[in-house]
Amino acid sequence: MTLEMFFQHCFNALTLGSLYALIAIGYTMVYGILRLINFAHGDILMVGAYFVFFGTFAYGWPWGLAAILAIVGASVIGVAIERVAYRPLRDAPRISALISAIAVSFFIESLAVVVFSGQPRPVLQPEWLISEWQLGQVRIPTLTAFVPAMTAILVAVLLFVVYKTKPGLAMRAISKDIETTRLMGVRVDNIIAFTFCIGSALAAASGIMWALRYPQVHPYMGIMPGLKAFIAAVFGGIGSIQGAVIGGLALGFVEIMTVAFLPELSGYRDAFAFILLVLVLVIKPTGLLGERMEEKI
Amino acid sequence: MRFNLTTLGNILLILLVGGGLWLVERHELIGDYQIYIVKLIFINAILALSLNLIYGFTGLFSLGHAGFMAIGAYVGALCTLLPEQKEMMWILDPIIWPFSVLHTPFWVAVLAGGVVAMLFAVVIAVPVLRLGDDYLGIATLGFAEIIRVFIVNMSSVTNGSLGIKGIPAEATLLTCYVWMIITLIVLARLLFGNFGNVLRCIRDNEIAANVMGINVFNYKVLSFCLGAFFAGVGGALLGSHLSTIDPKMFNFLLTFNVLMFVVAGGLGSLTGSLLGAGIITILLEWLRAIEEPMDFGLFEIPGIPGMRMVVFSLILLLIILFRREGIMGTRELTWKSLRRLGRKKA
Amino acid sequence: MKLGKRLAGLAMLALTLGFAGQAAAAEPIKIGVYLPLTGQNAFGGQLELEGIQLAHKQMPTVLDRPIELVVVDNKSDKVEAANAVKRLTERDKVVALIGTYGSSLAMAGAEITEKARIPGVGTSCTNPLVTMGKKYYFRACFIDPYQGAAAATYAFENLGFKKAAVLMDMTNDYAVGLANFFSRSFKKLGGEVVASLKYSSGDQDFTAQLTELIAKKPDIVFMPAYFAEGAIIMKQARELGATFRLMGADAMDNPDTVKLAGKAAEGFLHTTFPYDPTMPTMSGEAKKFTDAWKAAYPEKDTNVNGALGYNSYFMIYDAIKRAGSADPEAITKALAATKDLVTPLGTVSINATHDAEMPVGIIEYKDGKRVYVGEVTPKQ
Repeated sequence: MTLEMFFQHCFNALTLGSLYALIAIGYTMVYGILRLINFAHGDILMVGAYFVFFGTFAYGWPWGLAAILAIVGASVIGVAIERVAYRPLRDAPRISALISAIAVSFFIESLAVVVFSGQPRPVLQPEWLISEWQLGQVRIPTLTAFVPAMTAILVAVLLFVVYKTKPGLAMRAISKDIETTRLMGVRVDNIIAFTFCIGSALAAASGIMWALRYPQVHPYMGIMPGLKAFIAAVFGGIGSIQGAVIGGLALGFVEIMTVAFLPELSGYRDAFAFILLVLVLVIKPTGLLGERMEEKI
Repeated sequence: MRFNLTTLGNILLILLVGGGLWLVERHELIGDYQIYIVKLIFINAILALSLNLIYGFTGLFSLGHAGFMAIGAYVGALCTLLPEQKEMMWILDPIIWPFSVLHTPFWVAVLAGGVVAMLFAVVIAVPVLRLGDDYLGIATLGFAEIIRVFIVNMSSVTNGSLGIKGIPAEATLLTCYVWMIITLIVLARLLFGNFGNVLRCIRDNEIAANVMGINVFNYKVLSFCLGAFFAGVGGALLGSHLSTIDPKMFNFLLTFNVLMFVVAGGLGSLTGSLLGAGIITILLEWLRAIEEPMDFGLFEIPGIPGMRMVVFSLILLLIILFRREGIMGTRELTWKSLRRLGRKKA
Repeated sequence: MKLGKRLAGLAMLALTLGFAGQAAAAEPIKIGVYLPLTGQNAFGGQLELEGIQLAHKQMPTVLDRPIELVVVDNKSDKVEAANAVKRLTERDKVVALIGTYGSSLAMAGAEITEKARIPGVGTSCTNPLVTMGKKYYFRACFIDPYQGAAAATYAFENLGFKKAAVLMDMTNDYAVGLANFFSRSFKKLGGEVVASLKYSSGDQDFTAQLTELIAKKPDIVFMPAYFAEGAIIMKQARELGATFRLMGADAMDNPDTVKLAGKAAEGFLHTTFPYDPTMPTMSGEAKKFTDAWKAAYPEKDTNVNGALGYNSYFMIYDAIKRAGSADPEAITKALAATKDLVTPLGTVSINATHDAEMPVGIIEYKDGKRVYVGEVTPKQ
């Protein structure tokens, strides 16, 4: 393998990994607070991508406007899902909430098939993203650089919200102990709704970027990225934002590098990702950066 | 075994239903379509029972059921297919020895499917059963996917993504019924004895179980492997029932389907699993009607493809929101509870 | 209250009239349709359904009896496909059935039709196993080995390429079958296959595989993907500066391929069924189909899946007409004897393994437009 090829692979991995990271953060935020695997996360991603598709393609809005409306729309849907499907089950056994999440995910997917039809649709890419840079033999499309940059900005904003603002403080408090937080006078329901709002906005943002990078939308587009990103979140230690970023990047690199170094085993690529996950879990059961959760007696 | 009225009643009921099914199949009393659905219910019931053992009774959140079913189905298919069939079907890579000449009776194939699934379960159990809760779920889900990836890639054994077709249809109505009854009896005998108490203790309070001197890990492995065995059996029957299998059908949606039977029926209730499998299988069939154009005489609603899954997921959501313990909760449908119900009504 | 009664009376009247009206007409011939209208393959199923419905509109009666279509969704799921066929043969008592997009679904369906002794015609299930050893199953399409060989022949003979590579979805029977038979034929013809790379369904990032392929320097890469995936592969290949030609198969034949791939589609080739709106010489039957399609679906382009759906219906229609009866056994016999039937997809004959024999068409994208460049018959 030449050095140029290696750098090319690294760039590919960085782009894929930052997309995974962005999706993984949404999972991690919800899980960190509610201990709930939000299976509908991947579907909100899909909905966000569809909003942009309709905005730019069908109504001819400018890109920025469509993206903002998509993020707002997806946040509203996310909050609504929390209100209808998760809040009534907050005190129920975990499995109930999980099944509810799966049902919501099925519901969004099948409704999307009915409303949008199963046909994949092309997404318009803005002109300024199509150009590319050439560094020796390595080709970097603007988009490939754009995705990691956007991810970095969004993660920075998110870290600021979680660690430097009042609602962020409340979020962290809820993840430690929901009852005590309530007793301290925090409006727990509002904060959880706020978390879902941010999580869904991130899902929509990653959906938009996913659709830019892989320019098409279809009702099942959220399933695989969702599953992979969830694995990334667990890998990095679910509940931890930094962990999700590391997990996402690691998964991107594993997926690209198995093909790069072992092309004849490219068919086993998904198995490598899962084997790595199981290994990490067995060696460090809470993921790379996960906090140890005390068993309550 | 204390020989009392209840046991007698159970045996009578089992024989009566079995005899009835035998008559139905022999004389073709109901249509093929109905037989097909009933068989599917029996197979789904086996799968639901086995997952209920793992999750409902032992509290191990396993999402790897589809993987064990896949192993069972492939082993079953490899055992029952004729060597000539295999030679003709493996068009990518020729099938390797000893699978090329392997041929066994059906019951051996089903049993082998269960045993091989169980062996894989042992290998998986040792590392992952130390994990708790959602982590266990994700790790088992990961293993199911790994199994699938290997099935896709090992085309000289499994025929890869082309799948296997023409599996002899030896899973008759009666065979499926007998296997379901075997599953039910084995699990009932185990779970309503001391073994069951130990498992429930682990589920409800693992630390207490530890303190009582129970070797929690061994019991977990045992329960997990037994569940995997019956999942393998169910997979082998499903393969023979559908007569064609491919790696794609064993994806994680299949596990969720089985999980749905269990949750709808009630976690920790064997009879609940039977009911859940029956009701949801029928419901899924029955919901097909809503996609057809409906003619109300004066006006007509055109069929909307896809509505079925929308309604189905809504129903699922409503069940979970308003009756989350499922149909039976942790109770069982027994002669005693029936009698009590009858008395209450009277 | 009174109004309610009167309304009820009206409804009763309408019902009676409705029944009377039905009784007067000849009993309809029922043809079942099972297609993936939801799930992963929904897009293909919907296109084919439109073709079938168009054919039904064109040929609504046979033997002086109306034809009734009973459409069931198989959800892109095997268990559902088997259930759907069970229901069609058992409950709806169809005399023949059409379906389906997706070979694994058709395999599940074919097992059931075989037992029920009802003839079935597959729309675009190209896996050779579908009709293998089946008396009652046929298809309106050719099979993967045939098409793979045709693609290899075109690449080697017509384009003069000596070094090829393949990129395939390992989890997809269609892709694996085609890629394997392409490699086999290409080697037999004297070419060299320098790499064989894999991915899984649902993957959307192919940069690693493409970077690897670029390093191996093939003249042409055969990638029998579905069109949505294929379009992304084309885009990523272009982004990475690939200079090899890309070639796909009939699943790339979709009006949206060029919309999805944009400029990256330039020079892309794919094999397909011998029908295309841009055909230089269109047969009368193909023209009839094109015009009817434009009248029925003015907002949609014609496509090959629609044509295959149309053809499946047409084959059954023709078989019933020739058999002079709607008896399943008679239809089966007539279907097996289908010879030189003039259809939108050229002259179709059913061969010994129940596949429709027809030449393989080649499409090339030039200056942002798809061009039907000709037909090829495979050399092994």
